Amino acid sequence: MTQINEPLLRVDDLTMMYGDRIGCKDVSFELRPGEVLGIVGESGSGKSTLLRSISAQQEPTKGTVEYQTRIDGICDVYQMSEAQRRLLMRTDWAFVHQNPRDGLRMNVSAGANIGERMMAIGDRHYGNIRSNADSWLGKVEIASERLDDLPSTFSGGMQQRLQIARNLVTSPRLVFMDEPTGGLDVSVQARLLDLLRGLVHDLNLAVIIVTHDLAVARLLSHRLMVMQQGKVIEHGLTDQVLDDPQHAYTQLLVSSILQN
Amino acid sequence: MSEMLHAKNVAKSFTLHTQGSVTIPVFEGVEFMLSAGECIALTGESGSGKSTFMRMLYANYTCSQGSIKVFHNGDWLDITTASPHSILDIRKRTLGYVSQFLRVIPRVPTLDIVAEPLVALGTDRETATDKARDLLTRLRIPERLWQLSPLTFSGGEQQRVNIARGFIADYPIMLLDEPTASLDAQNRATVLELIEEAKSRGAAIAGIFHDHETRDAVCTGSFDVTSFKVGAND
Amino acid sequence: MEQTVKNPADGTSAYNFAYLDEQTKRMIRRALLKAVAIPGYQVPFAGREMPMPYGWGTGGVQVTAAVIGPNDTLKVIDQGADDTTNAVSIRQFFAKTAQVATTEKTAEASIIQTRHRIPEKELREDQVLVYQVPIPEPLRFLEPRETETRKMHALEEYGLMHVKLYEDIARHGHIATTYAYPVMVDDRYVMDPSPTPKFDNPKMNDMAALQLFGAGREKRIYALPPYTKVKSLDFDDHPFEVQTWEDECGMCGARDSYLDEVILDDQGNRMFVCSDTDYCAERQEAGHRGPQHHDQPLSNSKREKAAE
Repeated sequence: MTQINEPLLRVDDLTMMYGDRIGCKDVSFELRPGEVLGIVGESGSGKSTLLRSISAQQEPTKGTVEYQTRIDGICDVYQMSEAQRRLLMRTDWAFVHQNPRDGLRMNVSAGANIGERMMAIGDRHYGNIRSNADSWLGKVEIASERLDDLPSTFSGGMQQRLQIARNLVTSPRLVFMDEPTGGLDVSVQARLLDLLRGLVHDLNLAVIIVTHDLAVARLLSHRLMVMQQGKVIEHGLTDQVLDDPQHAYTQLLVSSILQN
Repeated sequence: MSEMLHAKNVAKSFTLHTQGSVTIPVFEGVEFMLSAGECIALTGESGSGKSTFMRMLYANYTCSQGSIKVFHNGDWLDITTASPHSILDIRKRTLGYVSQFLRVIPRVPTLDIVAEPLVALGTDRETATDKARDLLTRLRIPERLWQLSPLTFSGGEQQRVNIARGFIADYPIMLLDEPTASLDAQNRATVLELIEEAKSRGAAIAGIFHDHETRDAVCTGSFDVTSFKVGAND
Repeated sequence: MEQTVKNPADGTSAYNFAYLDEQTKRMIRRALLKAVAIPGYQVPFAGREMPMPYGWGTGGVQVTAAVIGPNDTLKVIDQGADDTTNAVSIRQFFAKTAQVATTEKTAEASIIQTRHRIPEKELREDQVLVYQVPIPEPLRFLEPRETETRKMHALEEYGLMHVKLYEDIARHGHIATTYAYPVMVDDRYVMDPSPTPKFDNPKMNDMAALQLFGAGREKRIYALPPYTKVKSLDFDDHPFEVQTWEDECGMCGARDSYLDEVILDDQGNRMFVCSDTDYCAERQEAGHRGPQHHDQPLSNSKREKAAE
């Protein structure tokens, strides 16, 4: 088992170039179990590029992404075989997309959506898969009787919660989230934030969450990375970065929040 | 009395990049010490930087210069240079803070918000919730409100929820930013009781109190921030 | 070696033997060899335009053309029957272009091309079964991206197949997939057995005959060498089962064969008959009789029973 103080993820000098254009540049950080890292910045600042590169979806031009695997210890995710990497991505990692349609199978039931990862790692007992799916539906506050319904009959907030259940069923230790509250209205957002915070705490999840919503970042993340033009310009404790921003761009970002 | 917190030669200035990069100095050369069992009032006129200084003690604001050492888990750690992990751990176990603002996720019941710091420390939920009930009762938050989010509460009620949350764990060091500001006499008395109890269990407390009565009732000393204001001794 | 078929009108060369030119047949044979070497793996091949529309067995016809020789005897079945349009025209096609002998008897055939059935009679080592396949990719139902399904095959990521079966049970209480029921080949590749009824899946397992699959539209070939392990996918608590019938064949009385339902009139009277016409005929020749055989008196009570 991983020691509490050992990093789960170590990103070193990560650079992603698109030709001459910078996607993200020289990003380094560590993440420990149970820790939530927020990545903020405006559209085009390189947040999503960084997230894709960290989450093994796009090999970076330079730099390494190392992960503390359960069995083999620290591994460079881009040095693993593709089979290993994909196994990692569907067991120990999870990815919550902004648009639930990107993360769900819309043409199969909620139960099958949750059960897919279990079946992918070899679970072949229908009864077990179903009861586990049912219990996860409960954890994300969706009524049991919706188990056999298609996600397309769900509201946006329910779809997002279903996506989370589908991802967490294999007890991943690292969760990537790309604007998870993006398309939701405010009341639904609040419920999701509450749910996420509870799950992060109860399951000791490490989370990297990309958002442009500083309020979401404040409520969910322990640490914050501020990106501008592909570079991390400020990185520290969330409340320190938001309450006493040092960099000109962060100050602009923070002062641009509408107060209510 | 054992020392718990020690600020040395601390300076703070703000640089406002969005306003022509003007630099506003707040104070410099601050020397501050806090020991177990004492309650020090931070004083100074409005705008002298009391709240800023307190936020620096909590590592909410950065220091421009100097060090702030905190006795945490048997070691001295400088929060001006400590890693975010260490600071979060210090806040979780050693350093409590009652701010003037309640920042919570909408929809979470008051009871859970108050119990949360204890749960985070590993106390089982039931024990933590029991203690949260006690505190809310003592602070006269009606039981019918416990399952509601405090975001709908009045200013005074929110302040008391904040206090309950701040006092639920027995932090060795506590920072109180105007804990009695919008409270009536009865509730102010309860807060004073809570501060006395914390002192007697050996907590080191620094507070900003807007009224003399409160200050005189619980404080063992005071610390005037004004004297460190930049230009104060010119 | 150039083999030609004489044009009956003037005795000149009309078609190359079995329609396809020799280079094409070599190409298909190479694909077949690879398919046999990697059981269940879909091998791409340069499918040719055939003188029949897609969906009429162009894949199976190309495979048959590549393996057939002058001494072969060909049988073609469509849904088990030798006498449907598709079966008759393919049989005639090879009778004309390869001048091979044809038969309706399973036991006499050396090559059997089939659309959607496996003969009831057990096949032998000296026989080849050629399947016509419409959609070769079993994962397509849930994953439309070809790049992704290839990767899933390569990495043995087959959880998705069970998602489909899960959906079946959740909706119908049992695995309701009755044809094109996915199988695991040699503990490695998940394969679509073509739209044969799942009744035939157990016959694929450990079969003595070579089984070849050709998908013309999608230009894929796959194969099961003799005696290959073929297992139908299922759940521990919902094991694979084949269809069963309460009725017997109305003609030959068989209770062990795959039965087709035949509607007899506008009153809803119906009967069941063997889908495998050769099997049924052989049984009738051997003296077996079902309740609706023409030399059996059709009593009213039997009619009513059949209508139930």
